[in-house]
Amino acid sequence: MSETDLSPEEKKRRGQRNVAIALGLTAFIVVVFLVTILKISGNIGASS
Amino acid sequence: MTDIPTRTAFAGPKDYFALLKPRVMSLVIFTALVGMVAAIAGGATIQPGLGAASLLAIAVGAGASGALNMWWDADIDAVMARTLSRPIPQGLVPKSEAAGFGLLLSALSVALLALASNYVAAGLLAFTIFFYVVIYSMWLKRTTPQNIVIGGAAGALPPVVAWAAASGSAPIDAWILFLIIFLWTPPHFWALALYREGDYARAGVPMMPNVAGEKSTKKQIFGYSLILVIAGVAPYATGLGDVFYLAVSSAFGAGFLMLAWRVLKSPPNSKEAPKQLFAFSILYLFALFAALLAEDLYTLYV
Repeated sequence: MSETDLSPEEKKRRGQRNVAIALGLTAFIVVVFLVTILKISGNIGASS
Repeated sequence: MTDIPTRTAFAGPKDYFALLKPRVMSLVIFTALVGMVAAIAGGATIQPGLGAASLLAIAVGAGASGALNMWWDADIDAVMARTLSRPIPQGLVPKSEAAGFGLLLSALSVALLALASNYVAAGLLAFTIFFYVVIYSMWLKRTTPQNIVIGGAAGALPPVVAWAAASGSAPIDAWILFLIIFLWTPPHFWALALYREGDYARAGVPMMPNVAGEKSTKKQIFGYSLILVIAGVAPYATGLGDVFYLAVSSAFGAGFLMLAWRVLKSPPNSKEAPKQLFAFSILYLFALFAALLAEDLYTLYV
């Protein structure tokens, strides 16, 4: 589908999908980062 | 599905979210939370942040199996009134995208659970997804009226997964929670099937009412209700639940049996009694798990 085939409404939905993907990926990265920090600090706490 | 115009360019984020079966997901989060808190009340320790991440992983894993189920059952969903409004039958999300979305989320959720808790829990979550998608959706659902009886195991596993996430193991008490949901599934879904019989028959899904007949289904509903109510008080016997739990479980159990009895004695084709039992069954499960949660939180913080 070429760019011109999309109606304004369809372009709006595509934009929303893109934002949702970006937010989803960011959330996953943040969660994995936080889990890593919590795991590391837990292990440091246990070994000291 | 050929008569459905493709409207995929109109799909918004909420249509992808709908693939995750949010209502089922909320029940999974709740039962998993109860399993996790029960494990902690029993002496297991998990850092609160890691516990929350584990519950998130379990919820996403449940959502992923929902998306995979909608991918596989798109043809059935399109002919049943109850499921016609799902994103794939509506032509909003292509089947292949639902499959990719479900597979991706399955992998991410299992990986996240392994990172946040342990491999026992991650393995159990992977098994739960496999069981729901492959054993239930692909194999049992269209071949046997025992589909939801056996398939119910997938819906019953989340508290066990969460228990394992907190403790690294799955002791007998965790499996009692499993048993309660497992035995609850047949009366719950057969009550639904009794007043949605036409739907399942049209879709060619061998649910108990359209295979064994209404009378036999009603008898089986009552039989399962009886053992469910007994299993419902089992946590008191093992010490998982206390007096408050026993009282809630007994009172709601009596209500469940009364409604199952009314279904058994209801005239053919009457929808009222099955509808009431279906609605009450949700309340019953919620009440039992909420009672356990309340007791455990009381033990932990008072």
